[in-house]
Amino acid sequence: MLSLTWFLGLSAILFTIGTIGVLTRKNAIVIFMSVELMLNAVNLTLVSFSSFMGDIHGQILVFFSLCVAAAEAAVGLAIIIAIFRNNHTVDITKIKLLRW
Amino acid sequence: MVTYIFILLATLAIASALATIMSKSTVNSALFLVLNMVALAGVYLLLKAQFLAVVQILVYAGAIMVLFLFVIMLLNVEDEQSVFSKFTFKYAFGVFLGVIVAAQILYAVASYTDILPDISGEMVYVGTVEAIGTTMFTEYLFPFEVTAILLTVAVVGALFIAQRKPNSQN
Repeated sequence: MLSLTWFLGLSAILFTIGTIGVLTRKNAIVIFMSVELMLNAVNLTLVSFSSFMGDIHGQILVFFSLCVAAAEAAVGLAIIIAIFRNNHTVDITKIKLLRW
Repeated sequence: MVTYIFILLATLAIASALATIMSKSTVNSALFLVLNMVALAGVYLLLKAQFLAVVQILVYAGAIMVLFLFVIMLLNVEDEQSVFSKFTFKYAFGVFLGVIVAAQILYAVASYTDILPDISGEMVYVGTVEAIGTTMFTEYLFPFEVTAILLTVAVVGALFIAQRKPNSQN
């Protein structure tokens, strides 16, 4: 039967895919989407622990993390728009004002 | 039956996540991410978290991904030419680090297999809108209000950052 291990394993695999996306892609928007993928994986962990323990507080925490993710998406996309306006690209290998 | 549905949803989630990070077009990435969110909402339903499944689709697949698609179409970025096509050290190192992360997490999960709890009896009553609403508006009322302030600040900040030069006339 379905045990908690399966859900945690799915969450771990999704988190890893998000990590690989952050490490390998060059497009800032895709990197941002990979971060969202990692956030979702952690949310899945919280929900599965909450359901299997019969404790509601994990799901409340997921609700707040959803709110923070929405705020983060709005601000992050605004930053990407500002970067694009100054550099005319979202390729992070070409944005090198603060590094050498 | 539940196991088969879980395997279907998990395969869908992993495949769409892989497609998100591997497709050349940014719009395709965003749409595959929507598919991933919907599959995760299905997994939430399997976990008896109905409220979060609905919120996941409304907030993530609805609001956040529409924002992503708007920004992608606003910026009009061209497709990346080589995503994984040519083998470079950077990609190999990234995948290597990712596999290490996966191995660590899976090892940590697997070593606790026998200690983890079974399905709780109260599980059916936990995820309903009623139960979550009761807890949120009694015990977590202050954090809930702070969330409203956070969202307002985020919207104002996003408008200010994305604005075209606040002080100049053009």
